[in-house]
Amino acid sequence: MSIYVTHPEAREIVFDFLSDYNDPSLLGAFWVTIKLTLLSGVGSLIWGTLLAAMRVSPVPLMRGFGTVYVNVVRNVPLTVIILFTSLGLADIFGVTMGSKVFETRDFRLAVLGLAAYTAAFVCEAIRSGINTVPLGQAEAARAIGLNFSQTLRLIVLPQAFRAVIGPLANVLIALTKNTTVAAAIGVAEAALLMKEMIENEAQTVLIGAVFAFGFVVLTLPTGLFLGWLSKRLAVKR
Amino acid sequence: MSSVLYDTPGPRAKRRNIVLSVVFVVLLAALLWWVWKTMDEKNQLEWSLWKPFTQSEAWSTYLWPGLANTLKAAALSMVIALPLGAAFGIARMSDHKWVRVPAGVVVEFFRAIPVLLLMLFANEFYVRSTGIPSDERPLYAVVTGLVLYNASVLAEVVRAGILALPKGQTEAAQAIGLRKGQTMTTILLPQAVTAMLPAIVSQLVVIVKDTALGGVMIGFTELLNSRSTLAAFYGNVIPSFVVVAIIFIVLNFALTSFASWLEKRLRRSKRSTGAVLGAEDMEELNPAATGGTFGTGAGGSI
Amino acid sequence: MKLRKVSAAAATALVLTLTATACGGDGDSEGGSGSGGGDKIKIGIKYDQPGLGLKEPGGKFSGFDVDVATYVAKELGYDAGQIEFVETKSADRENALARGDVKMIAATYSITDERKEKVDFAGPYLLAHQDLLIKADSNISKGTDLNGKNLCSVTGSTSAQNVKESIAPKANLKQYSGYSECIAALQSGAVDAVTTDDSILAGFAAQSQYKGKFKLAGLKLSNENYGIGVKKGDTETVNKINTALEKMVKDGAWDKAVQDNFGPANYKNEPAPKTGTIVK
Repeated sequence: MSIYVTHPEAREIVFDFLSDYNDPSLLGAFWVTIKLTLLSGVGSLIWGTLLAAMRVSPVPLMRGFGTVYVNVVRNVPLTVIILFTSLGLADIFGVTMGSKVFETRDFRLAVLGLAAYTAAFVCEAIRSGINTVPLGQAEAARAIGLNFSQTLRLIVLPQAFRAVIGPLANVLIALTKNTTVAAAIGVAEAALLMKEMIENEAQTVLIGAVFAFGFVVLTLPTGLFLGWLSKRLAVKR
Repeated sequence: MSSVLYDTPGPRAKRRNIVLSVVFVVLLAALLWWVWKTMDEKNQLEWSLWKPFTQSEAWSTYLWPGLANTLKAAALSMVIALPLGAAFGIARMSDHKWVRVPAGVVVEFFRAIPVLLLMLFANEFYVRSTGIPSDERPLYAVVTGLVLYNASVLAEVVRAGILALPKGQTEAAQAIGLRKGQTMTTILLPQAVTAMLPAIVSQLVVIVKDTALGGVMIGFTELLNSRSTLAAFYGNVIPSFVVVAIIFIVLNFALTSFASWLEKRLRRSKRSTGAVLGAEDMEELNPAATGGTFGTGAGGSI
Repeated sequence: MKLRKVSAAAATALVLTLTATACGGDGDSEGGSGSGGGDKIKIGIKYDQPGLGLKEPGGKFSGFDVDVATYVAKELGYDAGQIEFVETKSADRENALARGDVKMIAATYSITDERKEKVDFAGPYLLAHQDLLIKADSNISKGTDLNGKNLCSVTGSTSAQNVKESIAPKANLKQYSGYSECIAALQSGAVDAVTTDDSILAGFAAQSQYKGKFKLAGLKLSNENYGIGVKKGDTETVNKINTALEKMVKDGAWDKAVQDNFGPANYKNEPAPKTGTIVK
């Protein structure tokens, strides 16, 4: 890629980013990407944990629901899910997430769609985290009289979470890149700005390289930090 | 099914479960009825919107060619990415720094870049450096993008799988005089791949779904791209998305079902490490413990 | 040291995947040579824009861009059977020409200064304007009516940017990745208007399933000079295409193409533009 960096036109374009594109600016667009990532990350963590709890719960109905949810959501391309939140949920079924202003509405819908999709992966990660907790832990918890929800909340999940920080980091990295799908319903994040710039500048590859760099900057530190964290918090057995 | 997490349900729990199930089914039916009614009100159930999917022309012009391209790109990517991923996973654990470090850099780098952009760069690379005819180039670019990303992710899966194996396996292999390469190929890798099969399959599902990125910029006519051409002609955006979503679900479900059948065949002994789950779940060894991945996909429109 | 071999194999495997294809195919990437013969000519069009470039069931192509391209190709010495239409997405148009994937592109390709730095344009062959598509009973009549209204356009398109910057900054702008989605939103009542070039809108309005439901507002919010893009520096082809376009206008084929494709939408087209005259 070095040819692009030293290319005079590349410098010109990068310079353009800072001057011509003020609304939304390059940094502003990536800030939206970060907000999408964090909000849907938190959402998917909560919903994913609930799904995992359902999948190991004593109620057959909940297990069934969890299984069907994961298998359906995981197998559909994210683009379809995100478009469905806007074209289907909002336009047809009138779920407007408390705002008629498209900018706000679509951002919230995108968070909803991303969280719903990512939760399926979070669920599977946590479920295999539960697998890593030794049998004795659950047996001991049951022996001292804890019920299902106590066993899960107090004994199993805390250990499972520490085991799955690594996989969850992968989920988070993928989520960061997945936020770009939100451009399909008009959320003004990095990918949407990229489309605008390609339309105006007719410089697909150069502009692509700049945005690729932006995503490397976002995801590499995340991966490294969480990798370090997972080693630190690993349950020593 | 029983589990250490809870008792086998007694008469009261069984009654409660039945009540819960009935309530849930009623709620679900109400929801479906509302969905049906709202769609009807918004004219989304008009037969003219769905009729194209009963005609062979819509399938033969748009959907079959799209599906064929999706399958072709996905199959090629899987076949190349799996061995490449294994190779990189092993390379990252090499004793030699000059192998380990570059492999690590490659894996981390390609994992960080959105797949769509990888495809874009691959396309440009093929233009500059090769003479692939332009109508085949999108396929090459899509496969390259998918391979680079997914091989990196699979490398991490394989590495995690190998690291998760008991140390005794390596020691025993050394004790009977196997060399490092033999230990890897005959002892560690087969076990690791079997153990990591669920994670690997998730990643294969991601490959199938991510072929859709080829339609965004480099003009690869996969299923989602064909759908937009179809919807432009018939004016049935929502029905077309529903149909394509169903195709993807069926396709990926077939893939995962095949994989779990394969897994059952491969795994002769059920030696699961401390599973607290029921028997059905015990098949999945713990990729989590070792930093495996769960096929979250690169996805994205970028 | 078997592992070293394995590691080395891993390194070479990547190189192999990247280059394995280097020897395959010797590239007919030139989209047909200058003149006729038995060659094929590759022309870039859109596949998903009714009235301009649309892939129909059975694999036929229809639309104004397709008709113009077919006429021009005939003048360049290629009959209909020698034309191979290729889908060129907006983001890929300049590159497709630069690489020689296609000989020319007729895909709602507005002539702009930035694009002229990358490709050469023949034409223009149609003067379109940014306009609004509204429901048949809508009372939106000027750009400023849009303030506070719900408006849809395609993600990243020039039309969407125009709305944000000048036409109606207070409009509630919705962006979708394709025109079909915008039209669906208009139909379901989620938006009050769809905005892009009037030619594109007319194409949708003329489709049988939408007939009588939508109308064009008839606003001229911008000037879009559709040109036929060719590879930068290929002046010879530009000149040939220009001659062909002039002939097309003169012999009435141009008017017929407009009627055929936009007629049903009651689209008041601009007269055929003079080649080389770009209306700013």
